[in-house]
Amino acid sequence: MIEELARLARRDGPVTVLKQTRVLVVRAGDVVVKAHPPDTDERALRARLDAAGNLPGVMLAPLGLERLDGRLVTIWPAGDALTIADVDAGTTPWEEGGRLLALLHSRPAPPELPPAGGPSRLPRAMAELAAAGVPDPVAAPIRAAYATLPPVRAGGALTHGDWHLGQIVRHDGVWLLIDPDDLGAGDPAWDLARPAAWYAAGLLDPRDWERFLTAYLAAGGTAVSADDPWRELDAPARALTVQLAATAVATAARAGEPPDDAAEALVSACGRIVAATEAET
Amino acid sequence: MECPKCRGRMRTFDRNGVHIEQCDNCRGIFLDYGELETLTRMESQWAQHQYAPPPPAHGGPAWGGHHGGHHRGHNSWIGMLFSS
Repeated sequence: MIEELARLARRDGPVTVLKQTRVLVVRAGDVVVKAHPPDTDERALRARLDAAGNLPGVMLAPLGLERLDGRLVTIWPAGDALTIADVDAGTTPWEEGGRLLALLHSRPAPPELPPAGGPSRLPRAMAELAAAGVPDPVAAPIRAAYATLPPVRAGGALTHGDWHLGQIVRHDGVWLLIDPDDLGAGDPAWDLARPAAWYAAGLLDPRDWERFLTAYLAAGGTAVSADDPWRELDAPARALTVQLAATAVATAARAGEPPDDAAEALVSACGRIVAATEAET
Repeated sequence: MECPKCRGRMRTFDRNGVHIEQCDNCRGIFLDYGELETLTRMESQWAQHQYAPPPPAHGGPAWGGHHGGHHRGHNSWIGMLFSS
């Protein structure tokens, strides 16, 4: 499959496997080729690719869509992704992330776009938690916090659906969002919710969080109110905290390891969500 | 005044309102009653002034946690920054 994907790139140059999970992503020369999961909805993917192709300066535009062994394959210009070295060096472009999400949220969602994929990840993470054989004392606070979550607020803004630091690249000197696989109409506060959850769990440095949020608001971001961003952030950030905790402890359990301190910080945050909910009612 | 330890000569200094006697010979320091507490209080005020992070400009959730900076290692946290 890797060789066939590289052939689809029609480029000379070294071939590198960038990701091999439910998706297979290969770089060949100056092009990246992505084989999507076999169950991908073609109509939804086409609508998302069209939307990404119409967001110059905001999202990387695809070069093509092909089919290989029954799987949909998308072809992209290769950009420079962030690395752990950028995080270590303190050069993470949080401002760019905030600014690009603000620009994205300012666009109307095309009517043919499916709902954004963010909220559907939470039940999947809870199913993983159940399947991974996580010891009950570890899983209990996560399940308890999950039970307190309010229903997902509907929204009609153009929303990325899966934003994290792996979702921005520099291409021709310009930072752009990548990966429209979860792009759709939704509550745009969900795009800020993952960093918000990291911040609330004590993992993300408050200064980095403020850089991100300040840039988002300065660029006219509409997902949250400037005077009290947590009014809109609170519910999606709680949901992401539960999701990240479930994923982290399930990953550790499958590796036969105890949860590390990052996983424990997220589980503690789940405990505080339960306590805060009890205090509210 | 004579140093109680080595019998050297004690010299008096004034540092931010605190009288300090220091021995010219062994460099030992003698504090009057209450002056150690005064120094400790001044040190903690200085440390708070220097190290206390500014309050977050945009607030936080009621269930927010403590930022101790204990998660800087290459554990799952770094990977989490880059994964779905």
